[in-house]
Amino acid sequence: MIWLAWRQFRTQAAVVFGALATLAVVLVVTGLRLRHLYDTSGITTCSATGDCDTVAQAFAAQYSWLQTLVGKILLLLLPAIAGVFWGAPLIARELDTGTYRLAWTQSVTRTRWLAAKIAVVGLASVVASGLLSLMVTWWFSPLDKVSKSRFAPSVFQVRDIVPIGYAAFGFAFGLTAGLLIRRTLPAMATTLVAYIAARAVVLIWIRPHLQAPLHATIALHQSGSPDGVGVRLPGASAIHPGDWMVSAQLLDPAGRPTNVIRFSAQDGCAGTHTCLNGYHQALTYQPANRYWPFQWYETGLFLGSALLLIGFCFWWITDHRAPTTHHSSSAAQPNTPAPNPSHPRPRPDDPQRVETVQPVGRLSDVN
Amino acid sequence: MTAVLEATGLGKRYRRKWALADCTLQIPAGRVVGLVGPNGAGKSTLLNLAAGLLTATTGRIEVLGARPAQGPTELARVGFVAQDTPTYAALSIADHLRLGSRLNPGWDSSMAEDRIEQLDLDPAQRAGKLSGGQRAQLALTLAVAKRPELLILDEPIASLDPLARREFLQSLMEVVAEHQVSVVLSSHLVSDLERVCDHLIILVASRVRLAGDIDELLASHHLLTGRRRDLSTLPQDQQVISASHTDRQTTVLVRTEAPILDPAWTVEQISLEDLALAYMSTAGVGGHRDHNGRKTRGVVRR
Repeated sequence: MIWLAWRQFRTQAAVVFGALATLAVVLVVTGLRLRHLYDTSGITTCSATGDCDTVAQAFAAQYSWLQTLVGKILLLLLPAIAGVFWGAPLIARELDTGTYRLAWTQSVTRTRWLAAKIAVVGLASVVASGLLSLMVTWWFSPLDKVSKSRFAPSVFQVRDIVPIGYAAFGFAFGLTAGLLIRRTLPAMATTLVAYIAARAVVLIWIRPHLQAPLHATIALHQSGSPDGVGVRLPGASAIHPGDWMVSAQLLDPAGRPTNVIRFSAQDGCAGTHTCLNGYHQALTYQPANRYWPFQWYETGLFLGSALLLIGFCFWWITDHRAPTTHHSSSAAQPNTPAPNPSHPRPRPDDPQRVETVQPVGRLSDVN
Repeated sequence: MTAVLEATGLGKRYRRKWALADCTLQIPAGRVVGLVGPNGAGKSTLLNLAAGLLTATTGRIEVLGARPAQGPTELARVGFVAQDTPTYAALSIADHLRLGSRLNPGWDSSMAEDRIEQLDLDPAQRAGKLSGGQRAQLALTLAVAKRPELLILDEPIASLDPLARREFLQSLMEVVAEHQVSVVLSSHLVSDLERVCDHLIILVASRVRLAGDIDELLASHHLLTGRRRDLSTLPQDQQVISASHTDRQTTVLVRTEAPILDPAWTVEQISLEDLALAYMSTAGVGGHRDHNGRKTRGVVRR
């Protein structure tokens, strides 16, 4: 049975793994050069001269096209491809074209048929994403050392192990959608939408709360010229570089959240630099050392959802038995819309909500 | 009678629509059974249930004494050629034969290869490039080379041209002659079935309207033509299947085991096609008036 699954899949597998091999060559060549640049750019020695920012910026701009292509596009795309082009058609195409009637009447139970398909195509999805992530992580490591923002979504989501979880989830969702919707194109479209939605939900509502964030309250101080304009918010600079600031909220002297602090240069406090006395900024953040736990949690979340979906597929195809459309030439085919895939989309039980506050912009309109 | 297929109160519902309802029938072993009926009679649903591709909503179905497709053993004993004879378009004929040998423990590879050679097919050709007739032959090859005890064919020839149809049925007959396999073949074309089948089951709206060996059915049905007369004057043992009248003439199809003795009738042998049509088209001239405890019209039980 593995043979059939492989025989049906090998062309696509050859294309994707061939592309990955080509990419690997490009990444090794440029990655080695990037390492050389890192060693010679003076980043390691700049603290003595004090111009680290300039050096770091210059280094971070290296191979920017490749950074975008590999880091932003390919690795975001691959798990979606695994879901849309590998997972969704896997069963849907057989149901669509009727070949399941050939496959399911051989001397092999459909449980084994499904298991073989998942073993070949599901594994390929996970392995392809894992390999690409490995290459990307290696290639980016000197750049990541400089940028220090491993929690940034554009970094966190395309490094280390989370892409494996995404690929497994994408594949499993595609598989389920195909089994329930029974038509290839609608299943592919549904998978794409659901995959993007699941990723967005996790990014916005779940990842910040995978572990209870830490809190810090920082008093504001007025600085700069006595006309009262020069106000600096502590913001991200108050937490360590690499920490992930989840939210920042201004608090007035009474401790109430506020977005605007109003005072003018004529106010007496401006002269004494006391206008901001009593104001605080409340920060919630995830410290940088939670990077790996968060990678594991998020991978686990997606892998767990993938396993649930796959378990559902096995149940549906055997116990429940996919309700087969009536292939009749009389076209009296009951055109049944598939039931909505009720895939488990975990929600945080954390009541906290992330406020996205931009206090800096409002503060500048003082006066 | 040993049955290769036995259904009791079998029903299958899609959403609200019943594709097959309360179907009870037995298909005898060692025959080539033709299953005919109008579109929507439930033939395809019945055969898909028998192949284990569908699960019954109500009732019970047993194929070769077991629940259909409940395990590899049961799957191996039944060969199935699905409607429109699906094959993998991207795979070659040789790939399909490999598929068969990998997925079936009882695979007869020499038989499969011989058949492909006889059919003059190129093993390297992709199934997607085959003509309808060739594809049907490939599907039949896959189904018979697994050496099943029962071969189920769901309207395999419906979409074929007359020549391909004849060739397909010829192949089927060769297989049956050589391997003594029981066959159930559905079609809405009775003329095709006449050539290969020795047993006929007519299914109308999920119900068996007529079942029996074709020889017996043809021997016991007579088409009588004579001067116009009232049908109630017919002898008790003559069961009216269908009747038509003109001003002067009455034509009536009767079923009886006894010879027709009345000299007023011109007795004609009816063709199987006309016989089947009579049963399918008449929702019940004569037959449904059977309140007096006689056997349900048309159903032969032995």
